[in-house]
Amino acid sequence: MEWKEILGRLLTNKLSLFGLIIILFFVLVAVFAPFLAPPRSPEDAYEIPRAGWQVEPQPPREGYPFGTAQGSYDIFYGMVWGTRTAFRIGVIVVGLSSFIGISIGTISAYYGGKIDEFFMRITDVFMSIPFLVAAMVLTTILGKGLDNVMIALVTFGWMSTARLMRSQVLEIKNEEFVQASIALGAKDHRIIFKHIIANCIFPVLIQAFMRMGSMVITASALSFLGVGAPEGYADWGQMITFARDWILGGQGSALKYWYTVVIPGAAIMFFSLSWNLLGDAFRDILDPKLK
Amino acid sequence: MVNYIIRRFLILPFILFGVTVLVFSMIMMLGPYQRLSTYINDPAQLKGQDMDELVSKYGLDDPWYEQYGRWIGGVLQGDFGWSESAGQPVTEAIFSRFPATLELALFAVIPVVMGGIWLGVLSAVHHNQKFDHIIRIVSTVGWSFPTFVFGLMVLMVFYGVLGWFPPGRLGADAAAIVRSAEFIQYTGLNVLDGILNLEFGVVVDSFRHLIGPIVTLAIVWWSYILRITRSSMLETLRKDYIRTARAKGVAEKFVINKHARRNALIPVVTVAGPMVLGLLGGVVIVESVFGYRGIGQYAAQAAQQLDYSGILGVAMYFSFLLILINLIVDVSYAVIDPRIRLE
Repeated sequence: MEWKEILGRLLTNKLSLFGLIIILFFVLVAVFAPFLAPPRSPEDAYEIPRAGWQVEPQPPREGYPFGTAQGSYDIFYGMVWGTRTAFRIGVIVVGLSSFIGISIGTISAYYGGKIDEFFMRITDVFMSIPFLVAAMVLTTILGKGLDNVMIALVTFGWMSTARLMRSQVLEIKNEEFVQASIALGAKDHRIIFKHIIANCIFPVLIQAFMRMGSMVITASALSFLGVGAPEGYADWGQMITFARDWILGGQGSALKYWYTVVIPGAAIMFFSLSWNLLGDAFRDILDPKLK
Repeated sequence: MVNYIIRRFLILPFILFGVTVLVFSMIMMLGPYQRLSTYINDPAQLKGQDMDELVSKYGLDDPWYEQYGRWIGGVLQGDFGWSESAGQPVTEAIFSRFPATLELALFAVIPVVMGGIWLGVLSAVHHNQKFDHIIRIVSTVGWSFPTFVFGLMVLMVFYGVLGWFPPGRLGADAAAIVRSAEFIQYTGLNVLDGILNLEFGVVVDSFRHLIGPIVTLAIVWWSYILRITRSSMLETLRKDYIRTARAKGVAEKFVINKHARRNALIPVVTVAGPMVLGLLGGVVIVESVFGYRGIGQYAAQAAQQLDYSGILGVAMYFSFLLILINLIVDVSYAVIDPRIRLE
């Protein structure tokens, strides 16, 4: 199936169109962040400015359209610049871990035998520690900070891609056109890049879409658990941490501080939802019988 | 099948060894002083000695393989070091919290599996009808919802506004009963112990505290199981033997319940592995959101307070558990599905 046709179908499917629109919205917010929320100093653009020294969250008002969180952090600013953080985490983590997974999966399946056994057992070992706990341990050891969160997520995030890629390559390796080019004496790298990877990439791409959302969720969960972004860094998970002590509301109303949870929560949810919708629609196009 | 199971057991020691090497290599990223806590069992062991003395006493500047040998020797005896954040040895800290987490996991798995399968089958049977569309959308949204955000919202509405499901594990009254001398803690699971001691107040109170965490854990995994069941069921319903059954005039109810569902559920068994993997991560988040005193909350607290031996100990115990469950899943899958034995 050609790229143009796939894109055409993604645009005609209501759900994936919705997903695409949300992603486009987040992309625009990320690109125009300096105009939407001008930083006080350009060097520390990811440092959320504080409206004052009040500890208690304050509702939306003039100049602070989403209100301020605990410690007077500007929620609007955190959301806008947090979009950039989300994309950075998603693209870097999914990109790097997919690259590792594709390489290991392809090499394992293509060469088979002892090499396959070796890589697959390593994959098993890495999969034997629950992902979130493993990421938590490594981030704790490396120290707080988004770079370390990303290192941890890549270290423990490549295995599902490796397994998927391996099963894809195993299937396609025996197809006639691959066997034909082996018989013709084509070089390994030519067969791998020209025939195998090109024909196995779609399922991996679908998985990568799905992982965009889940990686951003995990990164924000790490921030929420207190091992992610340092305090005051523009990150959606961090915004939820600010809300944590205030969810039970205060005098007069239990929902008094709703904006501290609902706004960043909705951002994370919609970000993840949009990638999932896109991945779902993609899968339906490629494998229509499961629609 | 026997070959498959034997092979599965043969790689087990390798994986266990691999996990310990992996965890140990993370320990080695720490400096010698930070590593110290994974070697001692009591802070008294540190008293009156300066750091350099301690480093050479515990061999923390030896070559890594000697250190690994010493460390694994301790681990095999259940020695994971001293946990600063819990104020007790790591193994004790984990085992004292184990019943709480087990109780939560047990009560979460039941609604997840039952509900997920039921809705997945319904959704497949009503393929492309309104019900199916609604289920698909709801499950996609559920799958995209971050656990901690959902948990906080549950707390906000069901505790903050309605006052139904408080955080924590027990209320003050029930906790007093559980701690009293007459109350015998047979299992450590409060619901079960409450029934055995005929203290139904404890049972009710436990459930009030469990419902929030259960719903939060369930919502994500329920979406997951539902999707797998649905696609497996859709595939099965297209099989020839289903068409044969319908052509023979078998009632639709029997076609779905007897012929299709049984076979459609085979692949669902494989998700047990990923589900346990996700639940073990999920309890960390859910327990810390709800202040539910279990292993997950301990892990989060240890990570925040840089209690390295604590968090490493949780990782080790969780991976042993995961390896064990994966083994059970793989073996039972080979028993259930004859096709797998050929591989």
